[in-house]
Amino acid sequence: MDWDLIAESFWPIVLGGLRGTLPLAGTSFVIGLAIALGIALMRISGNRLLSGIGRAYISVVRGTPLLVQLFVVFYGLPSIGVVVDPWPSAVVAFSLNVGGYAAEVIRAAILSVPKGQWEAGWTVGMSRSRTLRRIILPQAARVSVPPLSNTFISLVKDTSLASLILVTELFREAQKIAAFSSEFMLLYLEAALVYWLFCTVLATGQDVLEKRLDRYVAH
Amino acid sequence: MSHTDPPVDSPVETPVDDAAPLLVARGLHKAFGDNQVLRGIDLEVYRGQVVALIGPSGSGKTTLLRSLDALEIPDSGTLAFDGGPAIDFALPVRQSTRAALRDRSAMVFQHHNLFPHRTVLENVIEGPVQVRRVPRAQAVARAEELLARVGLAEKRDAYPHELSGGQQQRVGIVRALALSPDLLLFDEPTSALDPELVGEVLSVMKELADEGWTMVVVTHELAFARAVADEVLFLDGGVVVERGAPAQLFTEPAEERTQRFLHRILHPLD
Ligand SMILES: Nc1ncnc2c1ncn2[C@@H]1O[C@H](COP(=O)(O)OP(=O)(O)OP(=O)(O)O)[C@@H](O)[C@H]1O
Ligand SMILES: [Mg+2]
Repeated sequence: MDWDLIAESFWPIVLGGLRGTLPLAGTSFVIGLAIALGIALMRISGNRLLSGIGRAYISVVRGTPLLVQLFVVFYGLPSIGVVVDPWPSAVVAFSLNVGGYAAEVIRAAILSVPKGQWEAGWTVGMSRSRTLRRIILPQAARVSVPPLSNTFISLVKDTSLASLILVTELFREAQKIAAFSSEFMLLYLEAALVYWLFCTVLATGQDVLEKRLDRYVAH
Repeated sequence: MSHTDPPVDSPVETPVDDAAPLLVARGLHKAFGDNQVLRGIDLEVYRGQVVALIGPSGSGKTTLLRSLDALEIPDSGTLAFDGGPAIDFALPVRQSTRAALRDRSAMVFQHHNLFPHRTVLENVIEGPVQVRRVPRAQAVARAEELLARVGLAEKRDAYPHELSGGQQQRVGIVRALALSPDLLLFDEPTSALDPELVGEVLSVMKELADEGWTMVVVTHELAFARAVADEVLFLDGGVVVERGAPAQLFTEPAEERTQRFLHRILHPLD
């Protein structure tokens, strides 16, 4: 075992995670959630056109590989004159992807809030949108934390695909050192270990968040 | 809450035109698909009056009550407040009309429907602060006063799931009162409660009636209806079969259907 190589490469790989993987996943997740909320609201709007657009969007995102979506944005768009740098390309592709997956989670969470909560909001005089914002979404958020946390953790791992469009992130750092040293097994296992560490920390954070949100729920 | 306390901002304080009823409903019809649930209901409610709606399951009591708060929109019929212009349900009902109806009335639900992510106090001030734009400090002061009156002052910072069923329902009543509505609507407010908790809720409702609040109450508690209501409506099959003062309707009902219904409730084993 080449302990020196491990010691030398560990920090650059972690740094690739902290400076590349996590910001990429975090930014895409936040934008993706905003898209997802919009799509979910279109789906439950009762308006056939909006609902149809939402359904089509979800179908396309879920029915095509993430890698293909990434390549369409980075390699495909330049051929119609739209050149986007690697980082923003990755953010666009991952955001759109999260938007498709999280939309169904958010929609299900909104529908899981009992109808009586809407009616209670209305009887105290609130409009639909205010009831949604103040009464329904906070309760839906509680329900959707576990599945959305899983979406985020998956996203952190999926961002390794961005190495294929030359984004500097965790896996690309490992690849570079592997190519340079020819220690492929060692470096890729090391990358796996760092991903695992990141995901374990995130899963712990998920637990803490769920416990906090549990305060007002009866058991 | 004692009966001699002055009413807290209760509707009887406002000068009113005694001639016109607070609420007049005419010919309300409502169907769910093929199911004709309301088949022409007429209803008047005067200020300070307590109207009880009784009748068998599925007779349309809840649907009628919910129509008064725009939680259901009837297919046809009219509704007018204080002798004002009538809302005609045969025409499309605007959002502003729903808002106006909800401004008038407040509903106390069978299953309280408190906001589980909000404390008791936050539940009560939500409407006043968010909708009526009452300054927060003022809304809190009033909420604390109302909570004290139903014996829940020390529960202001509790979450709904930390309360008993009777306490939850009393908070539900306070949440409605805090809106200072012209009309309080109750849909079987005690039927989801354990029997020993029913009394605490009914006694709060009786005190509200004594204070002069205008109330429409769907109930199976005939003793309560008899003691508190000014008028009782017996619904069956989507129509008002019989209406009258409780003393008359409960002791000598004119209609055979009313007699049978009362008999079934009073002597369930016969
Ligand atoms: N949203 C709805 N969709 C379809 N049918 C409904 C709906 N609400 C009520 N109904 C039907 O309308 C009829 C009357 O219901 P309603 O709840 O008004 O009766 P009720 O007199 O309150 O009965 P209960 O004493 O059981 O509460 C019932 O047959 C019920 O199944
Ligand atoms: Mg009912």
